[in-house]
Formats: sequence, structure tokens, C-alpha cells
Amino acid sequence: MVKVVVWGSLKPHTGGKAELEIDAGNVRELLTRLGEAYPGLKPQLARGVSVAIDGVIFRDGWQEPLRKDSEVFLLPRMVGG
Amino acid sequence: MTDVDEAMKPGAPILHSTIFTDGVEPKPKKPSNIVRRYEFGHGDVAAGFKKADIIVERTFKTEATHQGYIEPHACLANVGPDGQGELWVCTQGHFMVRDTCARLLGMDISKLRVTASEIGGGFGGKTTVFIEPVALALSRKANRPVKVVMSREEVFKASGPTASTSVDVKVGVTKDGRITAADATLRYQGGAFAGSPVEFGSMSAFACYDLENVRTIGYDVVTNRPKQAAYRAPGAPMAAFAVESVMEELAKKVGMASIDFRIKNAAREGTKSSYGPTYGPIGLLPTLERAKQHPHFKAPLGPNQGRGMACGFWFNFGGQTCVSLNINIDGTAALSVGTPDIGGSRASMCLMAAEELGIPYDKVRAIVADTSSLGYNDVTDGSRTTFATGMATILAARDAIKKLSARAAQIWGIPEEAVTWEKGHAKPAGSNAGNFPPLSIAEIAAQAGATGGPIAGHHEYSADGAGVSFATHICDAEVDPETGATKIVRYTVLQDAGKAVHPSYVEGQFQGGAVQGIGWALNEEYIYGKDGRLQNAGFLDYRIPVCSDLPMIDTVILEIPNPGHPYGVRGVGETSIVPPLAAIANAVSAAAGVRLTSLPMSPPKILAALDRKAAAE
Repeated sequence: MVKVVVWGSLKPHTGGKAELEIDAGNVRELLTRLGEAYPGLKPQLARGVSVAIDGVIFRDGWQEPLRKDSEVFLLPRMVGG
Repeated sequence: MTDVDEAMKPGAPILHSTIFTDGVEPKPKKPSNIVRRYEFGHGDVAAGFKKADIIVERTFKTEATHQGYIEPHACLANVGPDGQGELWVCTQGHFMVRDTCARLLGMDISKLRVTASEIGGGFGGKTTVFIEPVALALSRKANRPVKVVMSREEVFKASGPTASTSVDVKVGVTKDGRITAADATLRYQGGAFAGSPVEFGSMSAFACYDLENVRTIGYDVVTNRPKQAAYRAPGAPMAAFAVESVMEELAKKVGMASIDFRIKNAAREGTKSSYGPTYGPIGLLPTLERAKQHPHFKAPLGPNQGRGMACGFWFNFGGQTCVSLNINIDGTAALSVGTPDIGGSRASMCLMAAEELGIPYDKVRAIVADTSSLGYNDVTDGSRTTFATGMATILAARDAIKKLSARAAQIWGIPEEAVTWEKGHAKPAGSNAGNFPPLSIAEIAAQAGATGGPIAGHHEYSADGAGVSFATHICDAEVDPETGATKIVRYTVLQDAGKAVHPSYVEGQFQGGAVQGIGWALNEEYIYGKDGRLQNAGFLDYRIPVCSDLPMIDTVILEIPNPGHPYGVRGVGETSIVPPLAAIANAVSAAAGVRLTSLPMSPPKILAALDRKAAAE
């Protein structure tokens, strides 16, 4: 299981929890299972997210591996100007 | 309704009956102008404020500003009777233009070839389409080439400015200057449709600080204005203006020098960022320590002058990238990239390719290839090009070197693994491999036809691992108490570039950010009449800085390598626009002796502030 932290305004979709335990070995599995476990997150997942793993932000990269002790944050999809 | 605070008031006219604020519980049953609520942070801010000896709480406002590129939007479309189309366009992302236009017009993507023209400035404002689908549709209808060029008035009215904002900041500190809690509420209007950059303002607001208790709440709001477009570090400068103004005030209240206050509270490696992840190696502290030693900080100030400073942060990212490097038969290299060059990136790419291949810089030529000549590339934005296209260039060059080494092995009749590459030459790996004189790229390329045909290196990937970047800016401003006019008399930018591949262009990015910030802070604003009409859609009435308004912008490049890039590159294009609003506001406030909380700090606002100060004394 990987512990993933979602940003505050997603908590209404996760039963009020910011920290979620998800069984995922990589980013793709994480996003798929987040949507399955918390269907309310699906619109945000469809709009796009980034995943920060141990301090590095991944905007793409489904295959990026997750370890049990990885620090994982769900973040809005990065944009720039 | 053009003001963000007015649009949020109960009873405000509702723009869309379909918008029900997302991100709040329970889900509202009535429509609202608030599209979405964001919240970031960690710890317990209420408990943190209880530990504070001093608390500063203020509200700040900024006006919408345009990216101000000198070249207006322009394109030339030609769709033939066979349905094949060509488009030449001034854009930050011609693949995005191709895909968007093809979708809008029901064309196969393969039937539309888009060429990015040389760009006269973008700053985020050319990351979407405006006139391009129209030109293509007209050309398809008329069966003739169609050119469309926006007038300056159309640029102001119909292409995106950035958001106007209203921001509350509350920060508490102990008597010895340690921040105990930080809280901000950010309200950004992004025009008539959803999508203001408030989420990134909320994430970046306190990113420069090591905070135990922090919270930011952001509201994306719609108003009767043009839809905003991305503007360099979208959302971050306005948040930094509010936060860094409060930090300056707190430093004074606890009796610390501004820079020492920031050094004491600065984020560093291992800090849990205000938006969540723990920082790896970052360069904020080095910029602050270098700033403290800079002569600018010790220089005396003249009458009516004040000094301010501010820090800033931006994320940077990578994105989809494709690069092709062809070795010519004379040993020179032709590099094709798909990211429009908005800041000198072709020169940086040539430097990196030359470094890898071991040939002189002037033997590599880079072009921005059209959409039919290269695989998909994301837009040039997010400070991504020197990082992502640069890394792809390095990896494409390494791919070419592998192939060049294999050709050398063929020429010598030895195994490929018995060849090494050094300083632009293939060499036998050791005495066992044979005694052959080194072969240059030109010598190998000259025999390409006989050894397998053309030699090229490629790399295609989704680049990740971009490094966040930080900057510290110092500004001296002089305020004329008679007219309220402000002159920036000295300005210094210190920023972590990770690795400055082309230092002059890096300095140019630093200076450009500072100059845009000077305009944003002092003069630029969208002015609406009571009838809701824009009153200053032209450069005569919307005043961007010109050379005579500016001092020489001094720069200091720091290099704290990004572990995610072979040379350590971080993006540099956007971070430099984040601190200026606050640095200038802090300098002007120091010069005027009164805190300025509303941008732009135009002469009427400064005179009004001076009058309020005089009335209070």
C-alpha cells in the first residue's frame, strides 16, 4: 500500500480524508485505483493531475514506480506561461 | 461586473446558471460565480497563530495586466481544394495549434502542416488559438490564402490578459522572528469562463518558507471580462506580492533586517513545502545569502528613495518532447526541435549538442521544425524548453554518437564495443582493439553511404524531473512626493538556474522578468468604465516600461544543479516574474513611508496614500 496525500479541497470527495492508502505499484495504478475507490475524484482526474513522488513532480509518466515508503502527493496538473 | 470581490458578493449577477461551486461540502444547490475552491497546506494554523507574538493581516489587490508582446497575433492559412492545409503562425506551440485547429475544423491532423514563425514575444499569451481556426476556415471556403493579423486593440480586447486578484494574507511570528502560522485566501477572476490561475497562486504563495502551519484557500471566479490566458508563472506573482509585502512588514515589526528574517524562515532541502512535497536540493537560501553580500544591499539611498526585497518560486515542468539530430556528410549537425524559440533556446540547444558531440558550437545549426517534420511537442511554456528539449537534444546526440561509434567500428573492422568516443572522435577502446588513428565525425560521416546510410540521433519522451526554482530580487525606488511618480533607480536579480547553459540568455530572462514586473507594479492595468467597457486598449494608454524608464538590471546567476537533468538545468523563464511586484511594492512603501497594497502603484494611488499618511500624522 502507498500513502497518497490529496489537496484540501478534494477532501469532500474522499470522505474528509487527506491521506489515502492505495494499493499501487506505479502512477497509472495509483490514478486508476483512486478513481475506483473515490468516484468523486474522477472529474478532477479527468481534468488532469500531477503526482509528486519523493519531492519530484511528474506531470506524465504512468510507469513511474511507487514504493511503500514513497512520499506521494496528488497535485493539480502543472501549467506554465 | 468586472471586479472579483463584487462577483463573489451574495446577490451578484450570476454569469452562468451551470456553475455550482466545486470543492465545497455540501455541494451548493444555487449557481455561483465561484467556479471552484482550492485548499492547500498542512499543520494547524489556528494553533500556530496562538503561538505568535506578532500577527500581520492585510488585503491586497492587483489589476489585470496583458502579456504585452510587441508582435500581435498573426497567421497565414492556405487550404487547397484537396483538403490539405498549411498554416504559418506566431505561436508558442505549433503542434497545439495544429491539433486544436484540426479538431475544430474536422480535419485529419495529417492534413494540416503548421510552421511556427519567429516570435515577437509570447510570455504565455500565445499558448492557445484565437485567429488561426478562422483563417483556416476562410481559406478553405475561399480556396485562397488568408492572412489574419490582430490590431493592437484586438489584442487587448480579445486575447487573454492575466487575472485580476484580491488576496488576504495573515502571518504570525514569535518575537525572535520565527513564523508560527501563515494563512491566505486568494480570489482570482479569470474572465467570463472558468480557469483563473488561482490554484497555482495558492500553491506557490508560501512556497519560499519553512512552515509548520500553513493554509491557502483559492477561489476561481468568473466576471464580465475577456477570458484570461497564461501569463509567465501563472498566478504566482500576485500571491507573492501579497505574501512578501507581509513578510517585509513582519521583519520590521520584530526588528530584524528583511533578509535575515527571510534567511531564518527560508525553505531549504528537506523542508515540507507549503503545497505538499518535501523539497530536494533547492537554491533559495543561496540566493538570499548571496543577496546579503551583494553591493546593492550596502549602497546608500538618496532622498525619497526606499529599498525593498522579495523572494519568488516557480514549479517548472517537462512535457512531451521530440528531437532529431542529423549528422551531415561534412561532420556538421542539423538539429530539429519542435518547441518555438521564445528566449534564445536554439542557441542553448546547439551548445548542448556541440558539448555532447565534441564539435564547435558553430558546427551545429538548430531549427524549429514544422509539424510534418517531427513528432509531437508540447507548447513552449512552463520554463520547460532548455530543460526538456535540452535533455532530448543531449540524448539524441548520445544516440548519434552510438551510431557514429558503430560506423567507426565498421570502418576499422572491429566490434562496436571496442570503440569509445572522446572529444568528437571515435577511438579504439584500448590496445587490444587495434591501433587505429582516431576518426572525426566528418571522417565517419563522409563514409556514411558505404557504412549503412545517413546517421541521425533521435529522442522522444515525456520529460519529467524538472527542478523547482527560486529567486531573490532587490529594488531601489524613488518616489516624487509632489507628483506620486515612481522611478526604479536600481534593481538586482539573483536566481538559481540549476545550470546556465547560455548565461547571456539566462540573464536576459532574469532582466525581462524584472522589467515586466516593473510595468505590472507601477503602471499596467486594464481600466474599465462604469459601462463595463475597456478604456485603454492600446500602448498609448496601457503603458509598458520603455528603456528610459529602467535602470540596468543587475543579475547574479546561481547554479544549484537539478538532479533530474544531465547538466543540472532548471527552468529560468518564469521565476523572474514572481518577486518583482512585491520587491517594488516594498521599495515604494519604504520610500513613501506608507504601505502600498494595491497594484499598479500609479501616481494617483501613491498621492492618495501619501495624503492618508499625512492625515494620520
